[in-house]
Amino acid sequence: MGKAKLAVWKFASCDGCQLSILDCEDELLSIAEAVEIANFTEMTRKVTDGPYDISLVEGSVTTANDAQRIVEIRKSSQTVVAIGACATAGGIQALRNYADIDEYLGAVYAHPEYISTLTTSKPISDFIKVDLELRGCPVNKEHLIELVASALAGRKPRIPHFSVCEECKMKGNVCVLVGQKMPCLGPVTSAGCGALCPAVGRGCYGCFGPVKNANTASLATRLKANGTDPDKIRRMFKTFNANTKAFEREFSS
Amino acid sequence: MEKEKATSSCDIDVHGIARVEGEGALHVHIDNGELKNVELEIFEPPRFFEAFLRGRGFEEPPDITARICGICPVAYQMSACLAIEDACSAKVSDEIQTLRRLLYCGEWIQSHVLHVFLLHAPDFFGLEDAVELAKINRNAVERGLFMKKIGNKLMEVVGGRAIHPVNVKVGGFYTAPTKQDLEALVDDLKQALEYAVWATAWVSTFEFPDIVTSYPLVSLVHDTLYPIDCGTVASTEGFNVSPKDFLDRIVEEHVARSSALHAKLNGETPYLTGPMARFNLNYDRLTPIARECAEASGIEKGCRNPFKTIIMRSLETVVALEEALRIIENYVKPDPSFVEITAKAATGYGATEAPRGIIVHRYVLGSDGLIKEAQIVPPTSQNQAAIEEDLKNVIANNMDLDREQLTNYCETAVRNHDPCISCSAHFLNVDIKR
Repeated sequence: MGKAKLAVWKFASCDGCQLSILDCEDELLSIAEAVEIANFTEMTRKVTDGPYDISLVEGSVTTANDAQRIVEIRKSSQTVVAIGACATAGGIQALRNYADIDEYLGAVYAHPEYISTLTTSKPISDFIKVDLELRGCPVNKEHLIELVASALAGRKPRIPHFSVCEECKMKGNVCVLVGQKMPCLGPVTSAGCGALCPAVGRGCYGCFGPVKNANTASLATRLKANGTDPDKIRRMFKTFNANTKAFEREFSS
Repeated sequence: MEKEKATSSCDIDVHGIARVEGEGALHVHIDNGELKNVELEIFEPPRFFEAFLRGRGFEEPPDITARICGICPVAYQMSACLAIEDACSAKVSDEIQTLRRLLYCGEWIQSHVLHVFLLHAPDFFGLEDAVELAKINRNAVERGLFMKKIGNKLMEVVGGRAIHPVNVKVGGFYTAPTKQDLEALVDDLKQALEYAVWATAWVSTFEFPDIVTSYPLVSLVHDTLYPIDCGTVASTEGFNVSPKDFLDRIVEEHVARSSALHAKLNGETPYLTGPMARFNLNYDRLTPIARECAEASGIEKGCRNPFKTIIMRSLETVVALEEALRIIENYVKPDPSFVEITAKAATGYGATEAPRGIIVHRYVLGSDGLIKEAQIVPPTSQNQAAIEEDLKNVIANNMDLDREQLTNYCETAVRNHDPCISCSAHFLNVDIKR
């Protein structure tokens, strides 16, 4: 059997999640030996045709052309993994979903007619079946390595499915929400970052998106009781993972 | 042996330029040996940062604008902080500004090394990527990866995370690292500095085509420091102005082929920012070892060959490593780690040097602390017109090459400037209001 073929695809994004692959400095050359990097424009000029065993997809779908391109990628890939907040939730650029796109175009461009864009920024799973999602803005590079390794071994990847609160406890962080009444989205946010924000003395800002069964309403009530301005609470939910059901209901109501 | 010459008529179309950040394409049209058209097309989809920043709190841009670019988030965070502090008439302590410079050094190291070793060097060996380069010179690639890793590590220790740091806030840092935290990095930084010195010698042995450019160069300048985190905006044309006055001097055009805007001086002249501009305008501010490396490498002061930016980036990696070591040696932990900022209704400007060039932010704040207007001028929209000038130059000088070679050359000419297309797409209020 030949090497597994790995492809990396970019949609609307900052490139940070695919950069996480190149940031695996200790593992990069081993990864390149273990798999065939068949398509990864940021890294190589070489392009190998599909089918691909694993496709990692970064970014959200924001153009008609990209909506077609993702369907082609699905057809040529055994496993499709959406990586990062853009691919799993639409990213920060999904704030257009709650605004008037023509007004946005006029605010940024002199010739809006030159620009071809959809009125929304949507996650990959709105267009195709996605086999696995890796959360985070950006993703945790160790999760990426675990993902590729598990796919090669034919087992399920070990990715945390609990909240940032639990990561904080494991790390021994003092709770900034209870202790200092700081606004913190830790109770409703997926783990994965390693509870970085509370560790530097600030509240979690939700870049890994909602944890399963997130009770955002209860958290919002608590933040208000702690004296956080309601407009600020709405803005906290309206960032990189705004276009998720759990976070959306806290700013659109 | 006769190969197909580009002197006849041909179109070169590269869809999806590889080893750059973001999505761009290249179109060249040659008719009867005459270059008819060159276009660097940017099809990176727009993300509308300047539009949705309106109505956000004044403390939010460092977290939000970091997401414009995963490769140079600190550049966005630093220019955003300076602009908002400028609007609010706030000044941070010297200790805080020095810690910002240290964080920025980490970004320069990782971004420059990424470009030199993984994106640019393969061109000089006719290879597709750094994995192929590792097959013929594993030692070089491993040294590069070592340097890149310590750059990222420095960002993690100071910024809390390498991609989209979490520890930066308007006014300073949530928590300042201890001297001990930083000293733990010194051995690896020293090792990386040795490798970086070696790298300047290594890249200097590459073969460079003889291309000379004449467009104006623009970079920050500073009385004593090589410009990274602060300075005024100067050019080879002789001006030296504040970031605010610099914005008054450029006009951005929106052209049909691009979701990025083309910035030109006075609306006419293409100009270049980035390593070649900084090197030319700040040669006398090179740190001591970098200065020795520059002299040893044979690169002349005033070098205008864009293919030699790989040497300049390597020299700037030496600068960033020397600066990081100097800052850690003299580190005084800022206490407090940030200054309290009170928002006021005003406009503020901030400019810093991203690894690939100047990045300017402008914010108009309301008395409620919300952003009324945001303008972000990233390096690649400034450099786009100059990159097209380079392409014309390269093609005119290489009409005798066959098509494949010419295509490779053109791609390298784009990569010379480490364009960050993710950054460049969709910026700037273009209304010709100046």
